[in-house]
Amino acid sequence: MRVEITVNGSSRSDDVEPRLLLVHYLREVCGLRAANVGCDTTSCGACTVLLDGVSVKSCTVLAVQANGRSVTTAEGLSGVDGQLHPVQQAFRQEHGLQCGFCTPGMVMATVGFLAENPDPTEQEVREGLEGNLCRCTGYHNIVRAVLSAAGRLSAPGESPDAVAAPRELSAAGELSAAGELSAAGER
Amino acid sequence: MSILGTRVLRTEDPKFLTTGGEYTEDLVDDRLAGAAHVFFVRSPVAHARITGIDLHAARATPGVVAVFTAADLTDVDPISPLPGYTAGMTQTLLASDTVRYVGEPVAMVVVEDPYQGEDVLELVGVDYDPLPAVVDPREAARDETLIFPAAGTNTVINYGGELDEHLFDDCDVVVTRTIHNQRVAPAPMEGRAAAAVWGEDGRLTAWIPNQGAQGSKATLAKMLGLERDRVRVITPDVGGAFGAKFGADPEHALVAWVARAIGGPARWSETRYENLLGMTHGRAQVQTVTIGGSRDGRVLAYRLEVLQDAGAYPRLGAFLPSLTRLMTPGTYDFAKVESVARSVVTNTTPIGAYRGAGRPEATAAVERAMDLFAAEIGMDPAEVRRCNLLAPFAEPHRNGFGALYDSGDFPAALEKALEAAGYDKLRKEQAERRARGDVVQLGIGIASYVEITGGGGESGPPNENATIEVHPDGSATILTGASPHGQGHQTAFAMLASEALGIPVEKITLKWGDTDLVPRGGGTGGSRSLQQGGAAVRQASQELLDLARERAADALEADAADLRFDVSRSAFTVAGVAQAAVSLASLASTERLFVHTVFTAPGATFPFGAHVAVAEVDTETGQAVLRRLVAVDDAGTVLNPLLAEGQRHGGIAQGAAQALLEEVVYDAEGNPLTASFADYPFLSATEVPSFELVDMATPTTYNPLGVKGIGEAGSIGATPAVQNAVIDAVAHLGVRHIDMPTSPRTVWRAISEEGNRG
Amino acid sequence: MIPSRFEYVAAGSAAEAVDLLRQHGDDAKLLAGGHSLLPMMKVRLAAPSALIDIGAIPALSYVRVEDGQLAIGAATTHQVVSTSPVVRAQAPLLARSAGLVGDPQVRHRGTIGGSLAHADPAADLPMALSAVDGRLVVLGPSGQREIGADEFFQGYFETALAPDEIIVEVRMPVRPDQPWGYQKFTRRANDWAIVGVATVAGRVALANMGPAPVRARSTEQAVAAGATATEAARLAAEESDPVEDMHADAPYRRHLARVLTRRALIAAGVPA
Repeated sequence: MRVEITVNGSSRSDDVEPRLLLVHYLREVCGLRAANVGCDTTSCGACTVLLDGVSVKSCTVLAVQANGRSVTTAEGLSGVDGQLHPVQQAFRQEHGLQCGFCTPGMVMATVGFLAENPDPTEQEVREGLEGNLCRCTGYHNIVRAVLSAAGRLSAPGESPDAVAAPRELSAAGELSAAGELSAAGER
Repeated sequence: MSILGTRVLRTEDPKFLTTGGEYTEDLVDDRLAGAAHVFFVRSPVAHARITGIDLHAARATPGVVAVFTAADLTDVDPISPLPGYTAGMTQTLLASDTVRYVGEPVAMVVVEDPYQGEDVLELVGVDYDPLPAVVDPREAARDETLIFPAAGTNTVINYGGELDEHLFDDCDVVVTRTIHNQRVAPAPMEGRAAAAVWGEDGRLTAWIPNQGAQGSKATLAKMLGLERDRVRVITPDVGGAFGAKFGADPEHALVAWVARAIGGPARWSETRYENLLGMTHGRAQVQTVTIGGSRDGRVLAYRLEVLQDAGAYPRLGAFLPSLTRLMTPGTYDFAKVESVARSVVTNTTPIGAYRGAGRPEATAAVERAMDLFAAEIGMDPAEVRRCNLLAPFAEPHRNGFGALYDSGDFPAALEKALEAAGYDKLRKEQAERRARGDVVQLGIGIASYVEITGGGGESGPPNENATIEVHPDGSATILTGASPHGQGHQTAFAMLASEALGIPVEKITLKWGDTDLVPRGGGTGGSRSLQQGGAAVRQASQELLDLARERAADALEADAADLRFDVSRSAFTVAGVAQAAVSLASLASTERLFVHTVFTAPGATFPFGAHVAVAEVDTETGQAVLRRLVAVDDAGTVLNPLLAEGQRHGGIAQGAAQALLEEVVYDAEGNPLTASFADYPFLSATEVPSFELVDMATPTTYNPLGVKGIGEAGSIGATPAVQNAVIDAVAHLGVRHIDMPTSPRTVWRAISEEGNRG
Repeated sequence: MIPSRFEYVAAGSAAEAVDLLRQHGDDAKLLAGGHSLLPMMKVRLAAPSALIDIGAIPALSYVRVEDGQLAIGAATTHQVVSTSPVVRAQAPLLARSAGLVGDPQVRHRGTIGGSLAHADPAADLPMALSAVDGRLVVLGPSGQREIGADEFFQGYFETALAPDEIIVEVRMPVRPDQPWGYQKFTRRANDWAIVGVATVAGRVALANMGPAPVRARSTEQAVAAGATATEAARLAAEESDPVEDMHADAPYRRHLARVLTRRALIAAGVPA
């Protein structure tokens, strides 16, 4: 069937089969191969792009579902002259990429995240990126890159929250943050 | 101002951040135009005879180019086990009459449209007659069910000799425990892939993500029965490897075979399911540690017995326990140490190298043993370590198992880590929480480690080659036999060349991974690249300057001895004559200016360090959370702190992931339960904190850079530190040991079984 | 990784979707955000012959309060539900629950109707709906009907929806001032719950303690009779039938249910 999709600002019209995944539409039909397929279960986020401005995993969107909509990929972030988008620049500055396979998805997820939460804490950044897996960096510098892009970074090399302050526990004495969700009512 | 030791941003990055890396699946190349796509039929059972394969429906489907089984592979031989391994444990590229692990390739379908591949896989019918599956290596070691009847045993190889039954006679206290260093999946974000085409000249060109094209070429040639000069391997960008992309897997060879059989290019890119089943796994040791000594904290004897699960077909994994043995005593000065190992086959995915490859297992064992001993004698774990660490040594130190530690100060590393962690304050907080009976308890875990990096080359002592060429436009190209997959070699090596030759880093390009361009090389693994490859770059730079000096002397009609190299201008000048200068670039425009060199190291180097982990455990649910990880990782001189930190972070995260979360799980019939990222608990950003890195640099004399290898160190220290921290958090409840991964259920069970909860 | 072939048609309204379902028969499935269905299709655990896309029907995406009820269109995404000031004020438990589904990208696509229709007992929203005493408004060929949460979820991935019915709206009483508790126990942040507990206004619902969300009625009764959170939580697993899997066996699940219920009840204002 015919789909009309705006990709990185340019309108396109293509014939696709219904089961064509958006990630393959971008890679094979549009020739935009920055987004990568890293898993089978919508877990890793290497395929993350923006669909009408919000981050989505393009491996779990059919191209036909993007009909009439606009998609932005990592290729569409940088300036016409190749100038890096502030998020891309922050990733470079903070060494937030090593092998690069997760990077385009990580960058797009970050762009989407900061649009919704422009002033995040470190914990919010980590939760905001829970849909993007990275094997190389240990996330440390990715978190720094996101905080840098948000304008909230401390000195080079440090962990963003410096040495841990005592963690707050809820009334029932449970753990908070880092993989364990706290009691009701808090956000 | 020297550029060395500074935080130079990676010159690789702009591409990766904008258009993305060009991985094998991304390749657009004229030679691959119209490539057919290969899909593998894989065994759904762990151990069975194949009694029939029905290809009828598959072959009859439009768009199917071909379907192949083992019967078609008449021109290739089975893969023989490595020398030293038990004979008879052969693997055919496609399973012929027997499958031995879930995921083993059984047949291939070749299609025009990759979207059709899985449709056609469903049409291939394979009949399996199940055989009893052996999944637990302890069961395999009993040789009751043989996985290779022709081999007569499940044992692949043994390391070490007889055990001394009197080893612990003089010990007041002896503790023994069987612990598990569990099977994990390397799971790089980019899985395996291949693209292949044969030229009119009968030569194979294969694109494979790998850790050393030269090694991949040799393996491919062997698998296909080809002379090496008939094979060219090209390495696209590689999306991570962690030890599992060395050499070649059967699938790589099969894709090349298909390309020849169909007379056109062929490509393959695995799914994550295939990757979690088909890429070699890591670790998988059952370890028995026995440690004895006196109540004053002195360890007198330590024994490590290792049972290595090698998986269904013995590969590098079966050899790795010899590295575990090599590092058995770690940083300690034990009077008596014994270590034995045995590798056995099981009906599971074969085991290969995974970040640290055999050495993390040694550290994990001895660090658990130290804590077990400390708990037994009621002494602080830091204190027990202080009592037993090797004193700083001025001369290289032999560890009794064949390892010669080049340089190290293990006590200093431990003290630095403890101080940075605020150890005394942590113990105080722990005591307060225990006194109050808090639900959430605090645990502090320590690991002291030393590890071996930069071992031997393809043959002989450790070595690596480099070629440097300066071009007339003032840029330079370096060829290396190392093989980056995220580490930043281009930037690091360019820094070295830039420092010597005065050419800006941005104007230096690194090339690697094409065996026609770089015929020799040891690849990247064992943390060797900077200490050998970088040293080679530095050496080549100096040799190039020597060569250039001679030519400059001619050009300037001066004596070579009167010339000075002005790095800031990348030019030779005549002392005292300001205008008389000739740049490297201009020398290159008269005659090609390049040098090829081989750097040989005297031996492996031994980075070391200490990690302190702080964990919290919710004693009601068993949930363990890593709060802090303080790391001292001393790998000698640091060339680029940005890159070194990145390697440490990544290693620490993988190490913590093994302690807390990750495990490849099989059921009793050999069915994998963790064959997706939904089920395999791959670490995400929410499971680890930011890390606290402490600097320490004890140079080595084994290369002029003073560097050792940093790539694996983080994963070696972090795993036992984190595991020890979780156990420490509930030690006051009587818990002495919790196997990795310290999942909530496992922790809670340990707490409940001790029955000490209020 | 690639679904089997299917036909695709986009519906312009709920009524049209019902019609299309009838036309295409039992083998057709509705597609909203697709983040429960497409993952199953990609690993070929599901292979519908046709997909009827309702994801782009504006009339199915809304949040409003009417007659003391919070009404949410079935195709409203988790992102909207979790960040809507109206939902956060009127049914904060639901906002919390929706904010914990998957990860941000998943929440940008997944819908409340889709998640409830999928009926995974380990998921957040079925448990939440049960806790808030929610109802589903369902449209079929013979018109509209309402189904209560406890009646709706019938088993693993089984609901009271007929094959030719579509959820159009989710409704629940507004409870702006009621304290509530929500506990989701996972190994990693974006996993499904090993065990989950949600409680508000005297109702306690558990996730992954049986083939459908489980109402912990013994606990509810104990609380109503004046028991403390600690006492009432001891009964949390009475009505459960938990499975054993890689993450937990039945005894551990029951233990977690008790621990987490106590914590949730305390947060919901029940004296410890």
